[in-house]
Amino acid sequence: MVRVLAVLAALLLPLAASAQEKVLRAVMHADVRVIDPVWTTQTIANIHGALVYDTLFGNDADQKPQPQMVGKYEISPDRLNYTFTLRDGLKFHDGSPVTTRDVIASLKRWGAKDGVGQRLMGYVTEMKAVDDKSFTMTLKEPYGMVLESLGKSGSSIAAIMREKDAMTDPQQQVKESVGSGPFIFAKDQWVPGSKAVYLKNKDYLPRSEPPSSFAGGKVPGVDRIELIWMPDPQTAMSALINGEIDFWENPNTDFLPLLEKAKGVKLLKTGKIDSTQGMIRLNHLQPPFDNPKARQAMYYLINQEDFLRTIVGDPRYYKVCPGLLTCGGPYENDGGAQWMKEYSPKKALQLLKEAGYKGEPITVLAATDHNTITPATQVLIQAMREAGINVDVQSMDWGSVVTRRAKKDPPVQGGWNIFVTTSGGVGSSNPVLHTWIGAACDKGLFGWPCDPEVEKLRNAFGMAKDEAERKTVANALQARAMDDVVFLPFGQWDAPLAYRADRISGIVPNTGLAVLWGITKK
Amino acid sequence: MTAYIIRRLFAVVPVMAVVALFVFFLLRFAPGDPAAIIAGDDATTEAIEAVRVKLGLDRPVVEQFAVWVWGLAHGDLGVSIFSNLAVTRLIAQRLEPTLALTLSTLFVAVALAIPLGVVAAWKARKLVDRLAMGFAVLGFAMPVFVLAYVLIYFFAVRWQLLPVQGYSPIAEGFWPFVQSLILPSVALGVTYMALIARITRASMLEVLQQDYIRTANAKGLATDRVLLLHALKNAAVPIVTVIGIGIALLISGVVITETVFNIPGLGRLTVDAVLKRDYPIVQGLILVFAAVKVVINLMIDISYAFLDPRIRY
Repeated sequence: MVRVLAVLAALLLPLAASAQEKVLRAVMHADVRVIDPVWTTQTIANIHGALVYDTLFGNDADQKPQPQMVGKYEISPDRLNYTFTLRDGLKFHDGSPVTTRDVIASLKRWGAKDGVGQRLMGYVTEMKAVDDKSFTMTLKEPYGMVLESLGKSGSSIAAIMREKDAMTDPQQQVKESVGSGPFIFAKDQWVPGSKAVYLKNKDYLPRSEPPSSFAGGKVPGVDRIELIWMPDPQTAMSALINGEIDFWENPNTDFLPLLEKAKGVKLLKTGKIDSTQGMIRLNHLQPPFDNPKARQAMYYLINQEDFLRTIVGDPRYYKVCPGLLTCGGPYENDGGAQWMKEYSPKKALQLLKEAGYKGEPITVLAATDHNTITPATQVLIQAMREAGINVDVQSMDWGSVVTRRAKKDPPVQGGWNIFVTTSGGVGSSNPVLHTWIGAACDKGLFGWPCDPEVEKLRNAFGMAKDEAERKTVANALQARAMDDVVFLPFGQWDAPLAYRADRISGIVPNTGLAVLWGITKK
Repeated sequence: MTAYIIRRLFAVVPVMAVVALFVFFLLRFAPGDPAAIIAGDDATTEAIEAVRVKLGLDRPVVEQFAVWVWGLAHGDLGVSIFSNLAVTRLIAQRLEPTLALTLSTLFVAVALAIPLGVVAAWKARKLVDRLAMGFAVLGFAMPVFVLAYVLIYFFAVRWQLLPVQGYSPIAEGFWPFVQSLILPSVALGVTYMALIARITRASMLEVLQQDYIRTANAKGLATDRVLLLHALKNAAVPIVTVIGIGIALLISGVVITETVFNIPGLGRLTVDAVLKRDYPIVQGLILVFAAVKVVINLMIDISYAFLDPRIRY
């Protein structure tokens, strides 16, 4: 009998121990399939990266860079030399100390892959280790976005990896995800397409400052985080109401009224600025949109309210924004806003005709499986048809859209004229981080706008000496980019996140990248 | 019989070869590019091309096929383009939930369908028969996801008796394992129940017309003995065929149920891989599904010999 009891006790003890473990179960917008935040620009890979890796700086709620792994730093008066010193006690999850060798190798890899990193590295002439804890960065020109770039939180964060991982070709994914961040990736428990598990890093030394967006103290609040992928939003809603999950990053706006009424559930706006900006991209290489007048004609087909009501519905969660830089962000301005003042399909067609359009089919890549891009594309198609434009709708899944939009060929040979996409609010708030505002011709993003003046203004923004100058340049840049029609904005929105307020607390609002490390559970 | 089984097993090789060839080239000719999906929204054309080169997707399709077949010949199904994990590991992770769901669904379906079909045949064209078949038609006509949401609403959200979603492995406890399977197997099982019940009824009706049943009744055997021992056994061949086909379908095609109940099974793995154009996973899965279908068909054929002594190979 005693032996039986002993066996039972032995069986029950681990259960009791695991019952005390605090587990945060979070449903995110996508599943973790890639574990290298530098290899891809996917947001979910960066949410993973932000848990596992640390960064030298982190941008706070006002998008101001604050030191994170860096303890102290100095900038020379001519703004050409930066000296960074790492905080004491930084360790990777395998126990090895974080050194400047790891940091420099990581920054080189990130700078070779990420658009913002590439821009920064274009100004960097040398990165040199002073010792294991200090290193210098020397610039050829006084580029003013060094710290903001290192602290960005949208896509491809400047994650600090072990030197041996950072030596991986930037075009290939790292094989192991070992960082020095607040949580350790449990690769053995990872089920791609279902669940990714993170365990509390007990050796992590958080900063003492209160958390603010991507900056401040990253104090792990739970023992374990499970990022669960639920492809069916209805199931995610039921699971949250039932208490099977604690956090839902992107509830569908259709479900918000139900979630508002659900016991124990609360909604929270993700950050100070809206999380998503809608964009219509025209192909500048192919007629009719190789003609600026034809591109400008499209402004007369954009009534942002139509798009936003269709996508979001509830005016509390959307905002009409006639600019290219995020409204509510530090560089919101009215440059070029005159283009968005009138909705007139008639005028659109008239301008198109003046630009030489003779009723040729205009190919629109219409994603059929995206919760915001699909309805937005349908609104655009309807407006084009109302104007009498010959629309060739190519319906396909989003995976096919991202493939086809990379083709520069004429539409009849597999190319395209128009596609709809979105951009993160944080990135879109800053002219340098906002890659879609660029007009770098062949080196730019799909659609390939080509305007040296736009690029010159983006560089000027990076070189600006103070905030006032930045704002002036941002205004001129937006006006110029809207004249060239780098893209057509159709508004911005911010579906809140939902969570079990009766179980968890300490969520730090952060636009663009969910911050989970500070959440505690009762 | 042994010679027959060996012959059939050898026949698997050309079947698998054709499937492999077909799947590989079909995927390559379908639109979509995993490199573009991996690179993400903010990647330039050059960045996508660089990823494509590193993944070897820029090489001629025939060369890619040769590399894949070489791996297959060495028992290697390849590595996921996205997660860098071996396809065998990914399939193994999903096997238990799928098998558990398949078996529990079949249990629900068979446990309900066979009595229903037998009773319907016994009371053919009477009220019981009409009610039973009406229920079966309703079960077959109702989309799985509708029933699934209704079950979730009542049993999970409203009465909080069962979990909304998820799969609890048997290693983490038998009761949570059972709990996680009840709603999905009922939702899915009702469809298969309807199918099996209708086949059982039809097959039983045919058998019940036979002389030996009349003889059994005439010599005064109890009705349950006539129905279960004499009729059902002889009506079993088509029923077993449908059950067998059901197993094969359930293993590869329960995507909707797995999605609604968030069960990380093979069906969801397949759809996710197709949407992401993760070629090695899709190729590996279809080969596995083909092999499963071949083996199940073989098992069904063998079972005929046990159920009907007139059948010999």
